[in-house]
Amino acid sequence: MYHQSKRFFRFFAVLFCAVLLLAALSALPAAAAEGTEAQSGDPGFFGNVWKIITEKYPLLLRGVGETMLISLVGTVAGLLIGMLTGVLRTAPYSKNAVVRFLHKLLNRIISVYVEIFRGTPMMVQAMVIYWGYAFATGGNTLPLIPSGIFIVSINTGAYMAEIVRGGIISIDKGQFEGAASIGMSHGQTMLSVIIPQVMRNILPSVSNEFVINIKDTSVLNVIGVTELYYFAGIIKRETFKTFETYLVVCIIYFILTFSVTRLLRLAEKKLAGKDSYTIFGSQSDPEAEIKVEKEEPDYVS
Amino acid sequence: MSAEPIIQISHLQKQFGDHRVLDDINLSVSKGEVVSVIGASGSGKSTMLRCINLLETPTAGEILFHGVDVTSKENDLQKYRASVGMVFQQFNLFNNMTALENCTLGQIKVLKRSKEEAKEIAMTYLRKVGMEQFINAKPAQLSGGQKQRVAIARSLAMSPEMLLFDEPTSALDPQMVGEVLTVMRQLASEGLTMIVVTHEMAFARDVSSRVVYMEGGVICEDDVPSVIFKKPNNPKTAAFLERFFAN
Ligand SMILES: Nc1ncnc2c1ncn2[C@@H]1O[C@H](COP(=O)(O)OP(=O)(O)O)[C@@H](O)[C@H]1O
Ligand SMILES: [Mg+2]
Repeated sequence: MYHQSKRFFRFFAVLFCAVLLLAALSALPAAAAEGTEAQSGDPGFFGNVWKIITEKYPLLLRGVGETMLISLVGTVAGLLIGMLTGVLRTAPYSKNAVVRFLHKLLNRIISVYVEIFRGTPMMVQAMVIYWGYAFATGGNTLPLIPSGIFIVSINTGAYMAEIVRGGIISIDKGQFEGAASIGMSHGQTMLSVIIPQVMRNILPSVSNEFVINIKDTSVLNVIGVTELYYFAGIIKRETFKTFETYLVVCIIYFILTFSVTRLLRLAEKKLAGKDSYTIFGSQSDPEAEIKVEKEEPDYVS
Repeated sequence: MSAEPIIQISHLQKQFGDHRVLDDINLSVSKGEVVSVIGASGSGKSTMLRCINLLETPTAGEILFHGVDVTSKENDLQKYRASVGMVFQQFNLFNNMTALENCTLGQIKVLKRSKEEAKEIAMTYLRKVGMEQFINAKPAQLSGGQKQRVAIARSLAMSPEMLLFDEPTSALDPQMVGEVLTVMRQLASEGLTMIVVTHEMAFARDVSSRVVYMEGGVICEDDVPSVIFKKPNNPKTAAFLERFFAN
């Protein structure tokens, strides 16, 4: 408990310092200009920043909400795509000729998908998909937020496909053979033995994708998705304070990615499991469990 | 030898590309027999066991399990592997599971036993191998000897008719070899049918009912331990044992 609160405190201390530092750095040129503007009723640099935060917070909050929604759902959906394609691509080919043909065909399609979506910018993908749909349907457009989620999902899926495949391939072959030797099928082995280990191993990469998505959803403004960066444009046009607006938005992005990184790192630690285990209790006192630390070899009698 | 063999291998051949690793292997193992397989590294011992468990597909020949070809459609591969389990040199325990979960997973998934029943059976065998204290430990928290004992319990929990051991003590520190051999001796004395690939000659001599000597993918000699170790009929066997004991 104590340990946890200390970590929490340190987290916010670092966050606070980072925000202060950014503000101080950016205030330098602004402070120089302030002397001339102060008389004309201009609230000054900090005043402008404060006004943006206090007056435009409904827009900022909505932007944050949509950015987080799109990037979170997009990352989870991308991970699901990665899992499905990863399992498919590492599955042994069937003896049945028709099934084997379909399997090979699917693997081919997956490879093409991965290459295309990793090899083109998400901003361009967004335009092509959004306007491609409009073109194909004679002018209909898709609702924006689902479109954003769809684009981020399939883009992330292409990266996740490779991450998951690498994760599965890197699992020791002995894990598969151990399962096969007691009669487990490939599917059973995947579900109970391989995927749990893969999930744990790739979690850092998944966190990384999530952070990238928080930042990269900003490109969705090209199709008008109302995420944080889109609202930055609106606020800029309303206030004519370009620098101040984007500075505020920059700090918000940083707070989002920084918090998410820290939270997921905690989750990684949790998933890594305990270092100790409990000796199966004695019959006289099932409560009396003895803690054995990992590094202690003495219990070998 | 008793009446009907559990496993009957005839003219088994295995090739990896052009490389013939097993050539015309003939071997039959009956209920209650303990067959030790000895031979130099690279002689095809592991490949033979892996063919029996169908981790490798034989190139030619036949492996009959109670008279049924194991590669045929009538043979339920999953059930077959549950009845002819395998213990590996590198243990191959599931790293994401505790010792107990390692021993229940196959029972639940393959034999469709209930969780309670699987747990009860797992506990029986974990107790038998002296690992009941460590049921909550993950493989990474166990010593090599302990891992191997859990792996043996995992195979036993599938109620096998026969177990295949591929150098079960070769990856162990010397002080841990004994604890695993003790378990295997006990299983042999209880009548479990086993094929054991091993370099533990004392085990082969004292515990097995038959010893098989392999060289270059061929079975050179297959006889009772007293013949193999005292007056082998094949000069190759004699040469191998001479080299072995000289070291
Ligand atoms: N998957 C494989 N691919 C190609 N060659 C293999 C493979 N597995 C084993 N071999 C070869 O088969 C021969 C016998 O190997 P193995 O059965 O492991 O021998 P042993 O267990 O007696 O040491 C060796 O020459 C080895 O290199
Ligand atoms: Mg071997």
